[in-house]
Amino acid sequence: MSGSTAVTHVVETDVLVIGGGTAGPMAAIKAKERQPDLRVVLMEKANVKRSGAISMGMDGLNNAVIPGHSTPEQYVREITIANDGIVDQGPVMAYANRSFEMIQYLDGLGVKFARGPTGDYDVRKVHHMGTYVLPMPEGHNVKKLLYRTLRRLRVNIINRYMATRLLTAQEGRIAGVIGINTRTSEFVVIRAKAVVLACGAAGRLGLPASGYLFGTYENPTNCGDGHAMAFHAGAALANLECFQINPLIKDYNGPACAYVTGPLGGYTANARGSRFLECDYWSGQMMLEFHRELESGAGPVFLKLDHLAEETISTVETILHTNERPSRGRFHTGRGTNYRTHMVEMHVSEIGFCSGHSASGVFVDEHARTTVPGLHAAGDLANVPHNYMLGAFVNGAFGGESAADFSADVGFGVLDRDFIRHEQERVLAATTRTDGVSPREVEYKIRRLVNDYLQPPKVTRKMELALDRLSEIRDDLEHLVAGDSHELMRALEVHSILDCAEMAARASLFRTESRWGLYHHRVDHPETDNDAWFCHSLMEKASDGSMVSRKQPIAPYLFAVADAERQSFRNVRVRPAAQGD
Amino acid sequence: MPLVQQTTSVPVSVDKDKCIAAKGCTVCVDVCPLDVLAINGVDGVAYMRYDECWYCMPCETDCPTGAVTVSIPYLLR
Ligand SMILES: Cc1cc2nc3c(=O)[nH]c(=O)nc-3n(C[C@H](O)[C@H](O)[C@H](O)COP(=O)(O)OP(=O)(O)OC[C@H]3O[C@@H](n4cnc5c(N)ncnc54)[C@H](O)[C@@H]3O)c2cc1C
Ligand code: SF4
Ligand code: SF4
Repeated sequence: MSGSTAVTHVVETDVLVIGGGTAGPMAAIKAKERQPDLRVVLMEKANVKRSGAISMGMDGLNNAVIPGHSTPEQYVREITIANDGIVDQGPVMAYANRSFEMIQYLDGLGVKFARGPTGDYDVRKVHHMGTYVLPMPEGHNVKKLLYRTLRRLRVNIINRYMATRLLTAQEGRIAGVIGINTRTSEFVVIRAKAVVLACGAAGRLGLPASGYLFGTYENPTNCGDGHAMAFHAGAALANLECFQINPLIKDYNGPACAYVTGPLGGYTANARGSRFLECDYWSGQMMLEFHRELESGAGPVFLKLDHLAEETISTVETILHTNERPSRGRFHTGRGTNYRTHMVEMHVSEIGFCSGHSASGVFVDEHARTTVPGLHAAGDLANVPHNYMLGAFVNGAFGGESAADFSADVGFGVLDRDFIRHEQERVLAATTRTDGVSPREVEYKIRRLVNDYLQPPKVTRKMELALDRLSEIRDDLEHLVAGDSHELMRALEVHSILDCAEMAARASLFRTESRWGLYHHRVDHPETDNDAWFCHSLMEKASDGSMVSRKQPIAPYLFAVADAERQSFRNVRVRPAAQGD
Repeated sequence: MPLVQQTTSVPVSVDKDKCIAAKGCTVCVDVCPLDVLAINGVDGVAYMRYDECWYCMPCETDCPTGAVTVSIPYLLR
């Protein structure tokens, strides 16, 4: 491979979707359904058949708003409270209103949801207040059904191309993308009238406790490329200091999983086997209590199932060992962990950016529009909070439809040839060297520093040190060596990971208060300061290329939330029985 | 700085007698989200080329002959 022989393919399309995991395929499908004669391209770093978070399927819908079980208004209130009020309710309401229709659409494609004896959806309560969890014990065919639908609608799928930079036209609107084949290092330039960005979470930010770079909670293909690309294209990113931190099986690093086991009687316990959380729904407050217990004399923390009946345990095993993370059973077998006799040791995950579970990401409105005209964002990388899989589908649909509409009214943006040339040089630079540092080493170092300095509880001086170390590593990017196309992909991912790490540090330093429980727990600013910080923080690229943050008011609420209600998520600890020693 | 190659274990193994890559199969290579599998040009059998695995299992599940076995990466075991 040599830097001088860049092959570049050029593709033109009306709508381009980047990322073929969950939100992306739905965006492409809905763009086509909106306007069947549109040209729609779906670009994917891996292979749409098995890419993304739902690669093997999913255990259930975590946030289904189904008539008879919950109302959109109730859901909007719950999400507002779970996020300490920092929510634009419009996009959450838009999601809630369309949630049921999307379930029916997926059902129509053949996705199997749990049903009770009368044939109704068998919705379970896991959240603090409402009832929203719809199990999918046979949820392993989701990707297959999406893929079939994409083929039927003649979406042009381009697999194994990694997007590296969005292209913008002079007036700031979106013009397309440039990317590279992960096996041949050939370039593709895709000109598009409208784009939907759906590259998932930034899941390779922190280092898992195991030290294994790819043993992340998130599918590690999702390394933060989308967040980095959005930033460089001038889009605003919201509340990046609201990290994702999840309660997981220690070392295995997959969900434990309270949403599946909770309704069947399983729960999170301390070392004595006592329940210490009122509610296992993942929130910053829940994670703070989890972390406190973990660090206390009553820790560590476990998933407790050993009190359940044999029949229930078999059911749990069947779901958890065949569906979403099917290698889990092998992990337990290797350690001799049997749910009947052992509690499962848990731990906190590495940090990441992911609106699927927390609330940060590319700032969008209720049509999935970002602050860059023509650029949309959906799924784990857009900032609609606690989105999960159904949110990825619904917001993907909004993005696809809005992109289709946008593309009907405009021509192509003019491409900036110099920008493309510079980008090709940046991309291929690592292939031109024979001495230097490997992508693996640089990635390890960034992520180890993220753990050392950014993992909450956050400390101001530590985060400043992180910025010093990260800026030294920025110089090291000039020494990355890639021996083949695969390593080149990893080298480019290191650029994204570094951008995300720097954004995580800067965003965390900007918000001088504590909020969202553990997610933004600043030891030297321990109080929540609603007078100064009841607002979004938005991060953007300044004209000199640097990262700047500003405050953005919360959009006026659709539903007022009373103070008493707002406090309810703060009381997730069981009292007083299981206080830490 | 000069570079060296180092030895490492990988979590995915392929049964040579079952793999039909020589007949044109590339299923496991096609589906892997991390793109860490390849076909060995010498013996025409699939193998794990990079130690970058999410132990997610599409390779094993989709292999038409049951040749692939995914183990938990050593560091996590
Ligand atoms: C282990 C796990 C368990 C979960 N369990 C549940 C559950 O039970 N219920 C629930 O509702 N939700 C669950 N979730 C959350 C849910 O799966 C996600 O919120 C949702 O799937 C996210 O969709 P997405 O489209 O944003 O990301 P993904 O589906 O991950 O798709 C992102 C895609 O972008 C591609 N990509 C990345 N970078 C690039 C690039 N540079 N160029 C091109 N393509 C790129 C990736 O390959 C990937 O295919 C779980 C998540 C995980 C990780
Ligand atoms: S899918 Fe199975 S048979 Fe096909 S190449 Fe891979 S290991 Fe061989
Ligand atoms: S388990 Fe997943 S990441 Fe590992 S080789 Fe198989 S498909 Fe690839």
